[in-house]
Amino acid sequence: MSLMRVSSPHTRSGLGTSQVMLQVVAATVPGILALVLYFGIGVLINLALCIATALVSEAAVMKLRRRPVLFYLKDASALLTAVLLGVSLPPYCAWWLPVVGSVVAIVLAKQLYGGMGHNVFNPAMVGYVVLLISFPVDMTRWVGPTDVLHGVADIDEAFSMVFGHMSVDGFTRATPLEIVRNHESTLLAQLYEAEPVFATGGLAGSGWEMVNFGFLLGGLFLLYRRLITWHAPVAMLVTLTILSLVFYDSGSSLSKGSPILHLFSGATMLGAFFIVTDPVSGATSNKGRFIFGAGVGLLTFVIRAWGNYPDAVAFAVLLMNFAAPFIDNYTLPRTYGHKAPRRATDLEER
Amino acid sequence: MANTNYGEITRNGLWSNNPALVQLLGLCPLLAVTGSVVNAIGLGLATTAVLTCSNLVVSSARRQMPESVRLPISVMIIATFVTCTELLMKAFTYELYLILGIFIPLIVTNCTILGRADAFASKNPVLPSLMDGLMMGIGFSLVLILIGAIREIVGHGTLLADMELLFGPGARDWRISVLGENYPGFLVAILPPGAFFVAGLLIACKHAIDARNQRRRSARVTIVSGAKRVRTTGNIQ
Repeated sequence: MSLMRVSSPHTRSGLGTSQVMLQVVAATVPGILALVLYFGIGVLINLALCIATALVSEAAVMKLRRRPVLFYLKDASALLTAVLLGVSLPPYCAWWLPVVGSVVAIVLAKQLYGGMGHNVFNPAMVGYVVLLISFPVDMTRWVGPTDVLHGVADIDEAFSMVFGHMSVDGFTRATPLEIVRNHESTLLAQLYEAEPVFATGGLAGSGWEMVNFGFLLGGLFLLYRRLITWHAPVAMLVTLTILSLVFYDSGSSLSKGSPILHLFSGATMLGAFFIVTDPVSGATSNKGRFIFGAGVGLLTFVIRAWGNYPDAVAFAVLLMNFAAPFIDNYTLPRTYGHKAPRRATDLEER
Repeated sequence: MANTNYGEITRNGLWSNNPALVQLLGLCPLLAVTGSVVNAIGLGLATTAVLTCSNLVVSSARRQMPESVRLPISVMIIATFVTCTELLMKAFTYELYLILGIFIPLIVTNCTILGRADAFASKNPVLPSLMDGLMMGIGFSLVLILIGAIREIVGHGTLLADMELLFGPGARDWRISVLGENYPGFLVAILPPGAFFVAGLLIACKHAIDARNQRRRSARVTIVSGAKRVRTTGNIQ
């Protein structure tokens, strides 16, 4: 005989931190599959290096802080950070890039700020940006997708590029975002014909559109499981679409790229569903999430179109992380029983 | 309130009231020019010289300075010594003067110097003030050099590079390649964020050392058997 629970809480969620984190990791699988399919085994090497380093650094810091090591490793937040960093790094980069990036992400960006739930900035994006501004050459050498290169590096070549002295230069190609950013005095239509990465794929570049489609699928899974809300991703994607439509300029030589390119190339979908939705470093209320996502979309487009870096999601997210407490302060919902919404800054006046 | 305990002045300047690690004054040059050891030594020497001289003069003129214009007078005294230092550096270490650039004239706005002039030199006799300026300057310079060394090793993999700018051509061989000639260079350590990271880590280290010393000191206090309990609330630490 089972008894009804008569005292609250009546509804319980079976989801602890680690289940949520593991489901988010699971949601990255379609995107990772597409990455491996188009960019080869280098993606998996990056992921393995990131995960191993992140777990070791998390354990080391926990040991230093005299906290239970296994308890914190089991919440899988370090694993998620490592996966998000791993999929952002260029495949076949030297082994020390993922290692340094993961140490920076876990130790500097997460644990020095107080650990899980206290980080002001998204750890994976801090790791990525530190690498990008420290080693700009290594970090912008992306290999071309398989159908442009007619095959991909085999395992021996992959390992000698990551751990040995073989140069990745033979395999690198400009990414679609770089091609469009650097086009001068050519129409977009001419660019689409001339560049093999557009010739073999759609208008966002071969491989990249499948990767973004994979992350979009994963994001829809997260929405379906109600692990994230729609506000931030939709706001980011809509802002990006509107801005790219405005500056599309009918594909002229001054065009900043089509909406399809901006939505399905680079890190757009990964950012929209896996980075911008970070519950710790993002805004808290639904209205706040909407503003946060729109800000990320705006900054992403501005940096992509007029900045010095080919992709911009990481910078945009970090800049909006700065603004998140400010957004939160002005989007606090009205508490039941109060006439006007309270502001966090009001409390000081009492 | 003459403070003539030189031991305490020394300890204050170098450790317990260190301008860079405790007062957090003069952070602008601290963060801006500590990309290498030679920059750090150059700015440290200049700051120490200005700080010592301005403390000396402010202290000896303290009875003549009316309360209402004390700050403007102090600033003018400091500005005089900064101009002297700037001209000296221009004459003898011209390349380093070019590298440090605006941060040499900006020493005049360094809060450490005005702070010591106002908080210590205007209230204390000449010799203690001189000592205070010297020790505060050395404490500031040591932190500058430490941050410079860490950033240079992490950022470039070298130590003591370009020392000939300060110590003449003989110092060219001082350069030590700590991490090998193939070290790619961790650029973020040279950029401003690296300065904040290193300064933050040093402050954390100082707190950790202080906390450990505190624990040791309190561990030495033993409770004698038969002693009467005095405090009845709180923990005996």
